[in-house]
Order: sequence, then C-alpha cells, then structure tokens
Amino acid sequence: MKSRHKRIALIVAGIALLAIAVTLLLQSFQSNLVFFFSPTEVTQGKSPSKGNFRVGGLVVAGSVKREGTKVAFQITDTANSMDVVFTGILPDLFKEGKGVVAQGAQGADDVFVADQVLAKHDENYMPPEAAEALEKAKEYNGNNVAEGEAE
Amino acid sequence: MIPDIGHYALMIALLVASLQAILPLAGLSGNNEKLFAFATPMARLQSVLIIIAFIILDYSFYVNDFSVMYVANTSNSNLPLIFRLAAVWGGHEGSILFWVAILAIWTLAVTFFAKELPLRFRSTLIAVMGLITAGFLLFILMTSNPFERLDIIPFDGRDLNPLLQDPGMVFHPPLLYMGYVGFSVAFAFAIAALLDGRLDVTWARWTRPWTTAAWVFLTLGIALGSRWAYYELGWGGWWFWDAVENASFMPWLIGTALIHSLAVTEKRDAFKSWTVLLSICAFSLSLLGTFIVRSGVLTSVHAFAIDPSRGLFILVFLALVIGGALLLFALRAPSIGLGEKFDLLSRETLLLSNNVVLFTATGAVLLGTLYPLVIDAMGLGKISVGPPYFDVVFVAIMVPGVFLMGIGPIARWKKATVPELTDKLKWASVVSIVSALLVPSVMGKFTPMIFVGLLMAFWVMSSVWVSVSTRLKAIPTGTLRQKFKSFGPAFNGMLLAHFGLAVFIVGVTMVKGYEQESDIIIKKGEIKLINGYAFRFEGIKPIRGANYVAKQGQFYVSKDGKPVTLLTPEKRLYLAQRVVMTEASISINPVRDIYVSLGEELEGDQKGMWSVRVYFKPFVQWIWMGCLLMGLGGILTIVDKRYRLKKKTSKATA
Repeated sequence: MKSRHKRIALIVAGIALLAIAVTLLLQSFQSNLVFFFSPTEVTQGKSPSKGNFRVGGLVVAGSVKREGTKVAFQITDTANSMDVVFTGILPDLFKEGKGVVAQGAQGADDVFVADQVLAKHDENYMPPEAAEALEKAKEYNGNNVAEGEAE
Repeated sequence: MIPDIGHYALMIALLVASLQAILPLAGLSGNNEKLFAFATPMARLQSVLIIIAFIILDYSFYVNDFSVMYVANTSNSNLPLIFRLAAVWGGHEGSILFWVAILAIWTLAVTFFAKELPLRFRSTLIAVMGLITAGFLLFILMTSNPFERLDIIPFDGRDLNPLLQDPGMVFHPPLLYMGYVGFSVAFAFAIAALLDGRLDVTWARWTRPWTTAAWVFLTLGIALGSRWAYYELGWGGWWFWDAVENASFMPWLIGTALIHSLAVTEKRDAFKSWTVLLSICAFSLSLLGTFIVRSGVLTSVHAFAIDPSRGLFILVFLALVIGGALLLFALRAPSIGLGEKFDLLSRETLLLSNNVVLFTATGAVLLGTLYPLVIDAMGLGKISVGPPYFDVVFVAIMVPGVFLMGIGPIARWKKATVPELTDKLKWASVVSIVSALLVPSVMGKFTPMIFVGLLMAFWVMSSVWVSVSTRLKAIPTGTLRQKFKSFGPAFNGMLLAHFGLAVFIVGVTMVKGYEQESDIIIKKGEIKLINGYAFRFEGIKPIRGANYVAKQGQFYVSKDGKPVTLLTPEKRLYLAQRVVMTEASISINPVRDIYVSLGEELEGDQKGMWSVRVYFKPFVQWIWMGCLLMGLGGILTIVDKRYRLKKKTSKATA
C-alpha cells in the first residue's frame, strides 16, 4: 500500500509541475506576441501606445534621411504614411519605394522607433505583412474616395 | 530533348513507385507471399529513374540550357560552375526533385542493407517508402515540374539569389535533406511494425543506425546552416528562431528523443509504443518542415514561390500521411505492447524524462511557429512571436533535461539507487559548481544565466568524465587505447555526443553573456578603439568578382600596438539581378571572433564616412564545434558492429 501512496503522490506532484510549466509557458507566449498594424491603423490610433508591434508598407520615395547611424524614413500603405526612426545598419534590400517591415514601439511625437527592420531576401518578393497593409489601404481608399479610383 | 527525358523518367517513376507501394501491401492484406517479391526490384527501378531525372536537371544547369524555365529562373551563364550545379536546389521545383532524389538514395540503401529482415517486414517497409515517393512525385508532376520548357528561350538566366551564392549552398541543403528524408526510414519501419502488429528487439536494433544516420545529417545540416547565416546575413546572429529554422529544429528534437527511446527499446525491450509514436512524429515534422519552408507562407530566404495550389497539395498530403499514421497507431499500438517494466529510479526513467523534456520543448517550439500561421490562415491578422519567448521557454525546459543528462549514463538499467548515484556524482557536482563560478570571475561579469549555462555545461562534461573513469577502472590491464576500444564505438560515440552538447552550451552561454556590438562611423585614416582593439580604416578598394563588383573596406586591427589581422568586409553588387549584398569579414579564433560588417557610405557633407558594425563574439565557434562533435559521436555509434544483424545469430546478443 505504501508504495502505491508514494506513486500517487509522485503523479500528483508531476501533474502540478506540468501545470505550472504550461502556465508559465503560455504566459511567456502571451507577452511575446507581436501584432502587425498598417500605417492607416497607426494613424487611427489602433496600435498600442506601449509595447512592441510591427508596421509595414512601402518606403516613401525621398523620405530617407540619414544622420550618422540614425536613419529616419516614412512608411506608407498608399492611404496614410507614418514616420519611423531606426538606429543601426539597414538591410541591403532596404530601398525607397520598396516593401519594408519594421518592428519597434511608438515613441514621442508620433514617431515609430524601430529596433528591427526586416529585409526581404528577393527583389521580387514582398513581405506578406507589407502586402497586406497595401491591400487594406486599397479597401480604405475604396471606401473613402470616389469609385473608379480603385484600379 | 534531354530535359524531356527527365520529365518522362519522373512519370515512369511515379508508376513504378505506385506499384512498389500497392503490390506488397496487397500481398500483406491478402497474405500472398508472391507479391512481396515486387518490392525490391520496383524500389530499385524507381530510385534509379528519379536519380536519372535529377542528374538530367543538373546537366541542364551545367550546359546552361535556358529553354528549361527552372534553369532560366535560377541560374546564369556567368554563375561559377559549382554554384550552377548547386543552383539545382536553389528554387522550389528543383529542391522538391532533390527531396525525392534523396528519398531514392535512402530507398536504394534500404533495399541493399535490409536483407537480414524477414521478407514480409522488409516488403512492407519498402512499400511504405514507395507510398511517400509516389506522393511526392505526384506533387512534382502536378504542380512543380522542374522540366517545364520556355517557348521563347531567354538570352541568359535570371541568376541564383545572391544570398545563396556561397559554399554553404553546396553543403547545407544536401545535409539537411539527408536528415529530413532519412527519418522516412524510421517512419516506414514504424508503419510496417504497426501493420505487422509486432515490434521485435532485433528490428529495433536494425533501425537504430538508420535513425542515427538521419540524425547526424540533420545535426550537421542545421549547424552548417547556422554558421552560414552567421557570416552571410551580416548580422552576426547564429540562430533567429525563424520559422524555417524551427522547421528543421523540431524534427531534430524529436529525432534526438527517438534515438534515445530506440536505445531503450533495443536494450530493454521497453518504450515500444512510444518509439513507434516518435518515429511517426519525427517524419511528420520533417514533412511539416517541408510544407512550412516550401509553401511560401513565410517571409524568408527559404520560401521561394507563393502558389496556393502547391500549399494545398502539401497540406492534404500532410494530413493524409500524418493522420493516417496516427490513426493506424491508435488502432494497432496496443498489439505492440508497452514492453518490460522498470523501477522508478533507473536509466529507463531518466531516458523517459529526457524524452518528456524533448517532447515538451518541441511542443513549445511548435506553438510559437504554427500559431502565427494559423492566425493568419484564419484571417485574424498578422502576428509574430518574438525570439524572447523561445529563448526563455526553451532554456527553462532544457535545463532540467541537461541536468538529467548528466545522471542518465551513470545510472543502471532497471534499478538504480540514490546512494550509488550521489557517490559517483558528488565530485562532478562540486567541480561543475566551482568552475561555473570561476569562469565568470575571470571574464569580469556575472549573471544568473551565465552561471546556469556554464553549470550545465561543466556538469555534463564532468559526468562524461565519471562515465569514462568508472569504465577505465573496471579494466585493470591494457593501454588507454585498448581500453577505449573495448568500450565499443557505441558507448564512446554516446559520450562524445554528450560532450559535444556541453561544448555547444559553453559557446551559447559565452556568446549570449559576453558578446559586444557597436555601430561606428569612420573615415579613411581614422582609428577607433573598440573593446581594447584598435581599428584603422584604410579606405575602400574596388573589387571585381565573377558575377559581381564590390567595394571592399580595409580595416587593420591591432591590439596593444601588435597587429592582429586585416579585415575586408565587402558591399557587393550582383550584376544579373542588380542586388546589393553585404559580405562580412571575420577573424576567427577559438576564444573569440571579431566580426566586421560594412554599412553604407554617408551622404552630403559626410561623404567619405562609412557606417560600420563591429561585433565581438567570444567562444562563438564552440557552438558549431559542439554540433560537429555531436555528429561525430553519432557516426561512431553507427559504425558499431553490434548493429549489423547476422541472420542466424541475431538472438544471441539480445
């Protein structure tokens, strides 16, 4: 009998440990989820004011300004654009007029402070996030501007 | 003309592979022994056809046959020969053909080395491999024909993605694929066992070297990919928890669990159902990896094309294979049985805990990898899971696992005792705690994570030493070499692999704990002092490569007035695709890497100044050195003669 009690105690302890592990796992998972927003959503204030999120779209032509290792540029989804600053070396395929995805947080004066700018690896390849932002903007434009503009 | 032969070869191969699958399975259900005889010849014929098709495709690359669309899209006449030959797996169609070609190689190997197995079991096993081959061939012929021709032949090809023009491209994909596809043998073995309703110790012994071989390939493939990313991407990172990396890492984790579980099945006739389930999981995750990587759902260098029909095909294929296998498992597992019993404290229990740890770790990685894909597929938005999740969760799960890893090889099978274990391991624990405190004090920075990492590494190392010294003492006579020889390669291989993991942990801990990164602006003739090293920038030199032009920075690095090295990072412009690539320059040594990556030249009044990124990566080479040791350990266990079954004496050693 005694060994059976022991075994039950062990199983209960095991389940308790597992439950704690799973809770911690899910908590860490929850706190590390990074959501994506388009420039339009950001200008509408839908993005969080605290914490990390991702934005994507096209780099506005002529908006890239460098100062030392600091770079400022604008991202647009064709409906709205937003200011982004980044410190560091940009990926090779970062170009004006091309798709880009940036990860970071909202800073002061409505400037998005990116700590990561994601490269696309192929000239013809559009990051899915950026593509979606443009897609969404199309709908947005369609709803706000007269039809016939859509194509 | 020649490419068409390749196309026809694939069509015939599909027919033959179907027969290879259907005939023996019909024989199994109808108990018709005659049909089993078809398995081997069909398998060989089909494999040869596929390999011929693959060689033809590679030949088209060799002769720059741009009438083949795939060649025109992924190669260029200016591409160096070695990259042209490797470009065959540089795109979607070719890499799937390559996948099947590797499967053909494994199938051929099975037909030649499985002779000891009973005809019935061997035929079923080959039939299952035929099913997988047929599925993939159907996929190629329906959605991804690499031999598709162009009506208007382009003057030159579009070139291989410059990121892939690297020696890594020659070795990384083949090794990785050998690993992925190698698990198909263990999978076929598991399915055959389920269909047959039996799982013998001898069969477990037969499958061990095969599984270990796949695992070795995967280990080396992942390590090589990581090293490639480290120097090619220019960011100094070696692991990004990118979905594609995770896709290769999950089969590795389950494969690691599998080789341990197989050891128990073979030696103690225990964990039988579990071993079968792990075999199914390992290959399922390989297939899932192929899906994730090749379906284009990801923002990644590995994702080639976005074509929904391909994704759908793989998804359906995946559902059929995994669903079917698991259903079969649910129905038939009871007939295989659980196997021998064991005590609560025993090597079996420790290995079981190892399996639980690896399984949980896989689950955590799977959650982080698939969740964003599922959310996206359901149209609920785009999210990503940050690397901190993986870092925290993975380390938290693996630390207890590594701790148990130090005890496992010391514990006895069936029943171990606490006094014996503490007696054997007391010095190991003292040594590892002291060393884990000593190293940070030498390095001048202490954090709990550094301590834990080093503790685990030294714990495993000292445990390996305890295993060795215990065995050495047991043999009173002979030279050291003779003694080691008498342990047997399998035992030495296990210890080497464990030691390799410890080396790997040292590398990870030191890099994570002590790496330094700085972005600088520098102009010609200027000297910057970083981390005790002086960097003198001697300007930019123009360079011309085979298919690119480059600006090459000249950095003279010295320490305390003594020259250390010249680093020459490049900014390359690949001419065919007009793509700019950063080529980092790294000074390698066992205790530290100096890594320099060229940014861009500043504009306006700051012209002539360059932004440059400099990294110091202490012990980073240990990461890949550890993986190499793990791989070598695996190879040692494969060559152990114990696993070569002899037809008559197979029972004798059981």
